[in-house]
Amino acid sequence: MLATVVLLVSVVVGVAVGPAGLSPEQVVAAVIDRLPGHPHLAVSALNSAIVWQLRLPRVVLGLLVGSMLAGGGAAYQGIFRNPLADPYLLGVAAGGGLGATIVVISGGSQALLPPAAFAGAAGAVALTYVLGTSGRGGESLGRSNTLGRNGTGSILLAGVAIAAMLTAFQTYLQQQHTQTLSVVYSWILGGLSAATWSQIWLVLPYIVVAAIVLLAHRRLLDVLRVGETEAASLGVDVARVRLTVVIAATLGVSAAVAVSGLIGFVGIIVPHAIRLTVGPSYRVLLPVSMIGGAAFLVLADVAARTAQAPAEVPIGVITAVAGAPFFLFVLRSRRAQQDLS
Amino acid sequence: MIRFTDLTVRYGQAVALDAISGSVADGEWLGVIGPNGAGKTSLLNALARLLSFEGNVEVCGRPAAKLGRRDLARLIAYVPQRPVLPPDMTVSEYVLLGRTAHIGYLRVESPGDRRACAAILDRLDLTSMADRRLRAMSGGELARLVLARALAQEAPVLLLDEPTSALDLGRRMDALELIDEIRNERGLTVLSAIHDLTLAGQFADRLMLLAEGRIAATGPAAAVLDGALLAGHFGAGIQVLTTDTGDLAVISRRLGRAAD
Repeated sequence: MLATVVLLVSVVVGVAVGPAGLSPEQVVAAVIDRLPGHPHLAVSALNSAIVWQLRLPRVVLGLLVGSMLAGGGAAYQGIFRNPLADPYLLGVAAGGGLGATIVVISGGSQALLPPAAFAGAAGAVALTYVLGTSGRGGESLGRSNTLGRNGTGSILLAGVAIAAMLTAFQTYLQQQHTQTLSVVYSWILGGLSAATWSQIWLVLPYIVVAAIVLLAHRRLLDVLRVGETEAASLGVDVARVRLTVVIAATLGVSAAVAVSGLIGFVGIIVPHAIRLTVGPSYRVLLPVSMIGGAAFLVLADVAARTAQAPAEVPIGVITAVAGAPFFLFVLRSRRAQQDLS
Repeated sequence: MIRFTDLTVRYGQAVALDAISGSVADGEWLGVIGPNGAGKTSLLNALARLLSFEGNVEVCGRPAAKLGRRDLARLIAYVPQRPVLPPDMTVSEYVLLGRTAHIGYLRVESPGDRRACAAILDRLDLTSMADRRLRAMSGGELARLVLARALAQEAPVLLLDEPTSALDLGRRMDALELIDEIRNERGLTVLSAIHDLTLAGQFADRLMLLAEGRIAATGPAAAVLDGALLAGHFGAGIQVLTTDTGDLAVISRRLGRAAD
């Protein structure tokens, strides 16, 4: 409930604040003016364009990307039972970065960036999953004959290896083409400044489907809190649940990365802050993380475009600089509460 | 009932269970005893299909290998030796996990599932703790709670791996009496690994002594709880006494101290 209010406030702030300095009335008028059956209002074409072509797409894209990153992070923390899991864990970041770098250095058009980043990100996770679950990869992780033989440990390690390898490729390519360094670098830092309605329509289906699938698994994520072996004895097909969640999160997060680059921190800070506030049950944690991530990213974007207006601060810098102290604050106050109880 | 034939479990080269066969009849309590590493936990894990094995397992007349996870969980409820107990979970949330096999894949629990859980909490005297977090529970309460989750599965077969190992003497008796009462109420088939040989003899209808992955003896307590037999497998001085109630008490003796 509170999260929804925060979300609405963030949307209003996101649309209302910007370097053009429109008054709230002008913004409201511009929004109403485009709605069907609206009263006739005197809205200048410029104001209408600022609201509808610049600010609203950024806000809407921020909502989509923020909710996907935070929801994906929460789902991965549940499925891998690892508090350090973030949505980029299985190679999404490295693969997306490599895809984008290849397009930039080969002089491909800007329009190719999102599909290349998406393909790189999704391809990297597919590679991680196949390598992490096949063969006898998990044997060194414990007794060989257990349910977790091809379990999360080997998938995570495969993800680390794939990410290291793809990042090395990406660094090498970038090193060979230093003239494109700044373009690649700014993509990697991530941001919403290039948001358009067409991008939104492009990624909307992926993110909506991914969010629905993840939310549908929230009860099963709670069952997994007792571990994979016990979850299996309770009747959960652990491998299937894990694969489904990873596919959904990968498609959604890859789509988010494709249009916004690598915005860091949201996927790990937001779910943990929410967990400390509403508790660890995924039934609440997952939807509230999505709402919280959406609100957080929209507000971070407001800060990114106003802190040094008219220049923009990279949004990844804002999410880390604002997110980390907030997270530490929540962590400390929660600890204090537990000490008292 | 549950029947296993030529059951073999390997960990790499090591053989934990070597082609053993046996069965537990409807409503029967089989106590699996044996020294550490004899294969007790491997047997339970194989029957619950939590590790890979060779051989056949039949549960209630159905081959376990052909059952999906959900169907198997409706037939077999499994209480591990050291269950994972998320400290932030509440008692009612934890018991509700037992209903997983009765809830559709992406569905949430029905009022019927909640009623089933409430009835079990009530039966195990946990209702007053329904909203308590697991971190605030004592060892004896947690043992009852884990049993409550298993009962929420409403499976005819109950597998218990050392259900009392973390409890004091009084709580051990309480827990096993409770399991016995509920077995009789519901006609459950119980297969439990149990370290305490005296308790095993007091509660199980029949004992199976495992040693090095093979069945060393099986039968009623009077036959299996034999001082010489046990000493041979446990490698310790063991004496079996008969108490005034007719129970067999298995005690260990310090070697080198002659009896007076």
